[in-house]
Amino acid sequence: MNVKLEAKGICLQYVRPRTNIYQTVLEDVNLKVMEGEFLSVVGPSGCGKTTFVSLVDGLIPSNSGEILVDGKVVTKPGPDRAMVFQDASLLPWRSVIRNVTYGLECHKVNGKEARERAMHFIEMVGLTGYENHYPHELSGGMQQRVNLARALVMDPKILLMDEPFAALDAQTRESMQEELLRIWAQSKKTVLFITHQIDEAIFLSDRVAVFRARPGRVKEIVDIDIERPRKLSLKRDPRFHHYEDYIWSQIHHGSGQQIEAA
Amino acid sequence: MSRTKVMNPPVSRFEASPSPLQVYLRFEQGILGTFSIIAVLLIWQGLSTGVFADWLSPLLGDQGASKLWIKPIFISSPTRVVAKTGEMMASGELWEHLSSSGISFILGSTIAIVVGIPLGLAIGWYRKLRYALEPFLLAYNATPQVVFIPLMIIWTGTGMATRVLIIATVTFIPLTMSAWTAVKTADPRLLKVAKSFCSSDYQRFRDIILPTSIPFLLSGLRLGIGRAMVGVVVGEIYAATSGVGYLINVSGSSFQTDSVFVGIAMIALFGLLLTALINSIEKRYAKWRPSGAAK
Repeated sequence: MNVKLEAKGICLQYVRPRTNIYQTVLEDVNLKVMEGEFLSVVGPSGCGKTTFVSLVDGLIPSNSGEILVDGKVVTKPGPDRAMVFQDASLLPWRSVIRNVTYGLECHKVNGKEARERAMHFIEMVGLTGYENHYPHELSGGMQQRVNLARALVMDPKILLMDEPFAALDAQTRESMQEELLRIWAQSKKTVLFITHQIDEAIFLSDRVAVFRARPGRVKEIVDIDIERPRKLSLKRDPRFHHYEDYIWSQIHHGSGQQIEAA
Repeated sequence: MSRTKVMNPPVSRFEASPSPLQVYLRFEQGILGTFSIIAVLLIWQGLSTGVFADWLSPLLGDQGASKLWIKPIFISSPTRVVAKTGEMMASGELWEHLSSSGISFILGSTIAIVVGIPLGLAIGWYRKLRYALEPFLLAYNATPQVVFIPLMIIWTGTGMATRVLIIATVTFIPLTMSAWTAVKTADPRLLKVAKSFCSSDYQRFRDIILPTSIPFLLSGLRLGIGRAMVGVVVGEIYAATSGVGYLINVSGSSFQTDSVFVGIAMIALFGLLLTALINSIEKRYAKWRPSGAAK
């Protein structure tokens, strides 16, 4: 397997508003994601996870270090990556199908083809029949499905997911996790998944990168050696608890201060 | 949309003919509104013809009751206003005033829209332009714009051009301000989404900023219409020989109260029509908003 996505020595500092104090958000972050791999980044809030994924998407520049996709340096957003945003961030004046075709429109894919591709992914996320609904008519979980379809329709090599289920209630979140695994198995994308929930990270991932906070950096990478396909009942499995305990202790060990500060 | 509608109750409830109370409750708003309009017109008519004074003179005495008769030279009366309107329509005088005011209204507000909205969008979008223009706009917005009327008369005389200019100067600023606010309030998350999907500056403007601004522009237009009508009337007081504002002004100074009311009624009707127009446009663009906000 070859490396699909690589972060090399990423550092990011910014000046805090009003105080003129430099704050280091990310310090020497190194991470490799293999082709077709599902890798989660987990860490306390304020550890720079969202900043990191924005960097990978090319939305913000880093102070030093580089992001490589297939060995090529990333400087701005590109069609090889697509982001699933934290809050669904759908365009409220567009119907479901027109939200899904949005990215294709930006790339000037013609209307008919865009609609056909969109319908395929709307079906994949289980929203057939809702194409002409507006976002405010959908539940939070359905909005996130649209958010996911909007990214998948771009046929990116890498799917970036920034805490996509954080705003959902516990039941919806779990069923979305299962759905995501089903969709991922169909599409075989490389996924970089950001979350603050340890169980979510373990359930979904091949590997989990544990981030340390202030400054954010990779503390440890944990291989999740559990066979697929995975069912939600896995969360009752002793092996699952073992990973959960281990990652929990990694996040909390020696970083009590950061946790409090966060 | 149909999904969100409340389901119809069982049909049987509607098979029985509704009681008068149900009919009343269904149309309560319309019934009360109509009733109060009729009541006000009747009281107005009664005061100006002196019928209240006649009825109540046995009770209050002639001296007291005479206070309930207000001569038509002060308040005219509904029938006199209707008669005067008919008379002015027949002679063509009314059309002359209406068309004169209408033309300057349309020209003035068109200029205001064509200048004001793009200006507001531009200062919202281009930071440097905003820094350069903000001091002037804030000062201009804080000034009652009628103070510029003498200057405009000095520059352009007292013709149609002056009136159009007056209307444009009072109307464009709420349009500019609302367009500017619209760009400012565009959701940064949506702009991030747009950027992530590799949209160009122009695409971001077209796909995110413009749709965001429509409700703001419509409320700006609503304000603008009010301003434009003030502009019409004020402009015609200073610089006109016809027009509804001119009619009101000249009739007022010669105690032709009936004609003053005809003018007022025309302006009010015109305002109502335009507001209804804006409301219907607003409804068309509101279908994507939650019903609470669409109201």
